[in-house]
Formats: sequence, C-alpha cells, structure tokens
Amino acid sequence: MYTPLTKSVLLGAGAIVLAGAVFFSCQTTATQSVVGGDAATQVYVAPGEYDEFYAFFSGGFSGNLTVYGLPSGRHLKDVPVFSQFPENGWGYTEETKDMLNTSYGFVPWDDSHHPELSMTNGVPDGRWIFINANNTPRVARIDLTTFETDEIVEIPNSAGNHGSPFITPDSKYLVASTRFSVPIPQRDMAISEYAGNFKGTLSFIRADTPGEMDVAFQIIVPGYNYDLAHSGKGPSFGWMFFTSYNSEEAHTLLERNASQNDKDFIAAVNWQRAEECVAAGNTTTMNTRYFHNHMDPATRSAVSTEKTSVTVLEPANCEGLVYYLPTPKSPHGVDVDPSGQYIVAGGKLATVIPVHSFAKMQQAIADEAFETTIDGIPVLQYDAVIAGEVTNPGLGPLHTEFDGNGFAYTTAFISSEIVKWRLGEPWDVVDRIQVFYSVGHLMIPGGDSQQPWGKYLVAMNKITKDRYLPTGPELAHAAQLIDISGDKMRILLDFPTMGEPHYAQALPADLLMDKQVKFFRLEDNQHPYAAKSEDETRIERDGNDVHVYMTTIRTHFAPDNIEGIRVGDEVYFHVTNLEQDWDVPHGFAIIGANTSELLIMPGETRTIKWTPRGEGVYPFYCTDFCSALHQEMQGYVRVSPAGTNTPLAYGTGN
Amino acid sequence: MKRPFFFYSLLIILLLGWTACGGSDTPPDDTTATATQQDGLSQEQLDKGIGPIRQVDLGSGIDAALAAKGEEVYTIKCSACHKFDEAFTGPPLGQVLSQRTPEFVMNMMLNPDEMVQRHPEVKALLGQYFIPMPNQNLTEDDARAVLEYLRDNQTEATGTTP
Repeated sequence: MYTPLTKSVLLGAGAIVLAGAVFFSCQTTATQSVVGGDAATQVYVAPGEYDEFYAFFSGGFSGNLTVYGLPSGRHLKDVPVFSQFPENGWGYTEETKDMLNTSYGFVPWDDSHHPELSMTNGVPDGRWIFINANNTPRVARIDLTTFETDEIVEIPNSAGNHGSPFITPDSKYLVASTRFSVPIPQRDMAISEYAGNFKGTLSFIRADTPGEMDVAFQIIVPGYNYDLAHSGKGPSFGWMFFTSYNSEEAHTLLERNASQNDKDFIAAVNWQRAEECVAAGNTTTMNTRYFHNHMDPATRSAVSTEKTSVTVLEPANCEGLVYYLPTPKSPHGVDVDPSGQYIVAGGKLATVIPVHSFAKMQQAIADEAFETTIDGIPVLQYDAVIAGEVTNPGLGPLHTEFDGNGFAYTTAFISSEIVKWRLGEPWDVVDRIQVFYSVGHLMIPGGDSQQPWGKYLVAMNKITKDRYLPTGPELAHAAQLIDISGDKMRILLDFPTMGEPHYAQALPADLLMDKQVKFFRLEDNQHPYAAKSEDETRIERDGNDVHVYMTTIRTHFAPDNIEGIRVGDEVYFHVTNLEQDWDVPHGFAIIGANTSELLIMPGETRTIKWTPRGEGVYPFYCTDFCSALHQEMQGYVRVSPAGTNTPLAYGTGN
Repeated sequence: MKRPFFFYSLLIILLLGWTACGGSDTPPDDTTATATQQDGLSQEQLDKGIGPIRQVDLGSGIDAALAAKGEEVYTIKCSACHKFDEAFTGPPLGQVLSQRTPEFVMNMMLNPDEMVQRHPEVKALLGQYFIPMPNQNLTEDDARAVLEYLRDNQTEATGTTP
C-alpha cells in the first residue's frame, strides 16, 4: 500500500460522484444546438471535392479500424483488423484466416482501442497505422497504401493490452503495457495472493521493418494496472511514459479498492537505457508462446509463425531503467506536449491536471530525490517533478492533446466538456466547451506529435442518447468536430461512429492520396493457386480435395460450368481477378458455403473452401456489381453422389 | 478542400479553350462533316481512334521478338475476352487490322473508357457486345507488342464485319 487511506480522499471522491450525478440528471435537457452561424460552410465538402484530413478511429468492440474524412465526417472505410469481416472475407479466406492465429488458437474477434500513426522525426509520416487488441493481446500494422492489415504480433506475458500501441518519434518501437497484472509465467494460484505475486509487463515491440515486427524486450513491473502511454520527444526522446493505477494491488471490487491511494504512478522508462542493459546481457530469456502473422506481399497470403521465447528485463537488474512519478489519482491518459518538456496526466479521480516537467524529473533523478523504492524502481518526490497543476479542469479529466500553439485540451468525462488551458504559467483554463455526452478521448490531427495540425478537434463521446434518430437500444457513438482555430472553441458537426471508437489519429489527406495502390499487377501475383489467364484455369483433384483455378473478368467466370465434384469432396475455389484497373473488384459466393463471400481485388487471388453436402447442381455468382451484365455473371457446379464416376469437366462458353 | 480562385479560373480557361478547339484539328470535308458534327471528333480521331497514339511505325515485316512479348501480355490481359476466330465477350480479332488502323487498335487498348464513350464505331460495338472494354492498364510498349502479336495472327479478310 503506497499511501494510506485518508478521510479527505473519501470525501473528495464522494463529492465528485455527487457532482457527476447532479450533472447527469440535468444534461439531457441541454441538447439544443450550440452551433454557430457559419458552421455548415466549414464542414461542407462539395460533391467531387475531397476532405482535408483522413481520420482513423478505432472500432472498439468491432475489432476494426474505421476511416472518416474531416471536416465532413463522411465514413470512408472499415478496415478489418482483429475481427472476421464477411464483407470482404477477412479472416474467412484461406489467405487471411491465419492472420488471426494466436497462442490461444484462432481468435476471430478483439477489442481495438488506440490507432497510432507511424512517425518520422516525431511527425506522422503516413507509412502505416498501428492498433492494439485489448482482449487477446496483439498489435497490428495497417499499410496505408492499401488500407489493409499487413502484420499482427501477439504480446506474451500480457493480459488486457490497453496501454498500446504508442510509438517512438522514430517509429523504432511500439509499446504495450498490461492493464491486468497476472502471474508471470501463468500458473495456478489463489487470486487472494495477488499482492506482490501478480506482475505487469511493459513490452517494447520493434516496429520499423514490415514483416519483422517483434517483441524486442519486456520489463517486469509491480502488479498494478498499466493503462496508457506516450513517448517522450525532443528533449525527452528516449523515454516512454506509462500511467498506472491500482497501486493498492486490489484484486476485487476495484472501483472502491483501487481508488484508495491519493496518488498512483506514471512509470518513466528510459528505453535507450533498456537497450544498453539488453546489450549487456542483464536479461533473462523466458520460455513462452506467441504468434507473428504477416501477409506475404508476393502471394498476398498470411505467413503465421510461432515464437517460443522472449527477452525479459527486471528494473532491479538495470539501474536507471524505470522511475515512478507520483500522480493523482488513478491516472488514465498520459500525454507529452509537442516540445517534449511536459508530461500531462489525466487523473480521472483527481481535482487538478498534474503536469510533470521532464527537466525537473532529470534533476530529481540526479539529486536522488526519492521517496522510496519499489521493486528496484525509485519513486521520485512529487514536488520535485511537478511543473504545475491546472485547477478547475472539469470533473474526471482523462486525455489531453495539443494544438502546437501553446495550448492543451483535456477531456472531462464526468462533466462532459473539453477544457482548453495554457501550457505554462499560470497553467490556467482559458476556454471550455460542453460536448454531448461523456467524452473519452479527443483527437487533434497530429495532436500527440511534435507538429500538430491544430485546426480541428474531435471529441469521441461515450454516450449518445438523443443526438441522432433513435435506433433501438444500441446507438452509434457520437463524435463531435470542434473548430479550434480561434480563441474560442466552436462545435461544427456531430457525426456517428461505428463500434466504440476510443482513440483516433488523423493526418492531412495529401500525405496519403497520391500513394494509394489501385490494383495489384497480375505479373507480380505469386499466389501458388493463381490462374493468371484463362489458359491457366483448370481443376485438379487430390483425393477428396478439389482445387478449382478460376478467373474473373467482366463479366464471366472461367470455368463457369463444373462437373465431377462428389459429395464428400472439399472444394477450394481459387479465384483470380484478371482486371487491371482501379475499383473493379469481383465477388464470389456459392450456395451453402459456411464461410463468407470472397471479394477479390484486381490482380489478386482469393480462396474459399466449400463442402457440398448433397448431390445436385449449385449456382455461384459475382457479389460485387461489376458491369451492366453483372446479373449474368454466374456459374454452376454439378455435385454427384459419393462413389460415382462423373468425370471432371469444366469450361466457359461451350 | 478549398481551392484558390486562380485554379478555377485556369480550369475554366482550359475548358473554354478545349471546347473552342474541339474537332478543328483537321478541316472537315464532305465525307466527315456528319460524323464531326455528331460526335465532335476529327477525321483523324475517327480513323486512328482517341488516345495517345498518333502514328505507329510498323517497320517492314513482323518483329518476332516483339510479337512474342505481345503474346505474353495478350494472354494475361486480353485473352479472357477476345478470341481470334469467334465472337466471345468481345469481338474476334483475327481480321481486326483489315478493319482498323494500327493506331485505332492501340488507342483502343490504351484508352478504352474514352473510346467507348465517344467513338461512334466503338459505341456501336457496345450495342452488340454489351460489355464496355475494361481498361487493363497496358503501357504503350505493352500495346505496341500486342499490336505486333495481332499483326502476326491476322487471317485473310472475307469482307464480313465482326
């Protein structure tokens, strides 16, 4: 137990809950428009024109990444990541299902929270975007030339991969911190023996080489709940900051038992020091199991590899690796300002926003201004590291982003508002705006980087209530676009978001528009079952496995008549789209398939497995409207009884 | 999102210029006047198609290496729809060069979208075959090679139109 329970804390927490209750009881009457006169012209993107920013929202419990244009709020795409996605066959096709392999087997769903753009010199560069899987710990890389998930690596010794995947300014590492501490390695033990026995891990994942994303090292830390992270930059480059709560090490009824201490901790990790300790061999190699899955670019098929060990660092064996910054109270977000000087915490039960100074932190380390040491981790004195406290920040401060013009913006969940405050003396709130309702994260394009594009802010609200036409018990989440170009924040637009967007990232459209892949060159297709012309279409039988090498082009399949399939066969339709132009995918669906359709991009090959259950003649067809004769794009498969000798025969147009 | 005024001004000037010049590359004569008026195409465009190819130098005889390269491209990008001796998804190509200029054939490969929308003979073919020819994104070198392959595989014209 770090700080003893005090009466004032209980009173303070009680006051917050009471205030929240009062606020909630009033807020549904306050939904009238707060929009200024010319808001419509600021968000209107005329037909044929483009949005100014691409914005990437996490899908939350959809497991996807969703893409929107700003300022219009137009929904552009769902990118499937951790969840099967029947719309395009992700996770169903033979090529993509191994992307969802884990040490727990095939896991077709997850809870994705935090998109993170790759950076060069601390600024989003538009190469990739990463996102975490919270439930079965993983991080994924999405290629921004294709908007496709390219790589997924599982995180061993982790449970609840919430504090992830925050990136270093050079894209060298992503981090992943465990929300849930667990026995490491996992073992059968009494839950009541949590304190001192359960541990957390802070993982550093090498991220800058596509196809080779891997856990470089893990730091074993005390058994708190590690929540969020952000990288140092500029003067604080080389450091990573992680919030933690539950320094009480409670294992039941955390809402009360993990809210006892006045302060929990931000863990400041010197990852360059970690590299030294790894190089010096001050590590252990722990046996474990985790999976690395990667789409091979030549075959556009998943390659899934099991890994069996991980490098582990203990703070006690690497002096100077980790310091704890005491931080009030159950901090959630930790955000580093564009200059890299200030570390801002969102203490969700705190009455102030604490801002730590990186320079003071370094001085405190040099002065050994330690309160105590926990498991080899020095706890710095609060007064020695704090730069300022923002008072009256709203109730339940969670997350902060920056506009690059000397101001910070913090969400207040309980009071449903965004407060704008001065980054520096006198650390005062200069503006505040109500949002609807219960805002979690906020996002300014580049707002966590060294060069924010500080024109818009998006509030991601957890409660929608009456913002849209009602749609039964479940409602789309509400995002709100706010103009931050002037002194006063102004709401411009509401737009619905899908799943539960936790966090988002955005960057100017011109960083991505011109480098989009429009189709895949047939000449480059090295899929082992590709048919790169109709001359190569064929059917091969291998016992009960039948491989159909099929092609599509507007507007026919080759072959489109197939005979000689028998009940008991497993039929693999390997369909290659021969089109070589943009925006001409073809689809493939067959009656009775127990998976999804295929959606085949021009030049690529996709495979569906089909198990016919009874004799008959079964149609298949193109699911993606492709030409005026799309309705003619069909074929038949004749299935004969098991044991019969109907010869294999196939063709098109004869 | 917002584009500067001069961008639109430039666009309008270019559009005006383009409209003013449309169809005036070649002075119309009596035989082309109708087509020119109806379709806004010059005689050269009617003969050689609409696209980047103005003149093809065929050289003497068939370049066998070029034709071989053309066959590779044709097999991957064309053969799903075109046969030489029968109408399939698209027209047969065994006599195409007795009906079309080499430039027309290459422009059809390189700029099918505009050819289908603007050239009267291609529009007529669409009425017959229903599927607009897809753009298979051939390079000019690819198209030249395919042309050589087609030249190498022409049969005697019998006077019928595909």
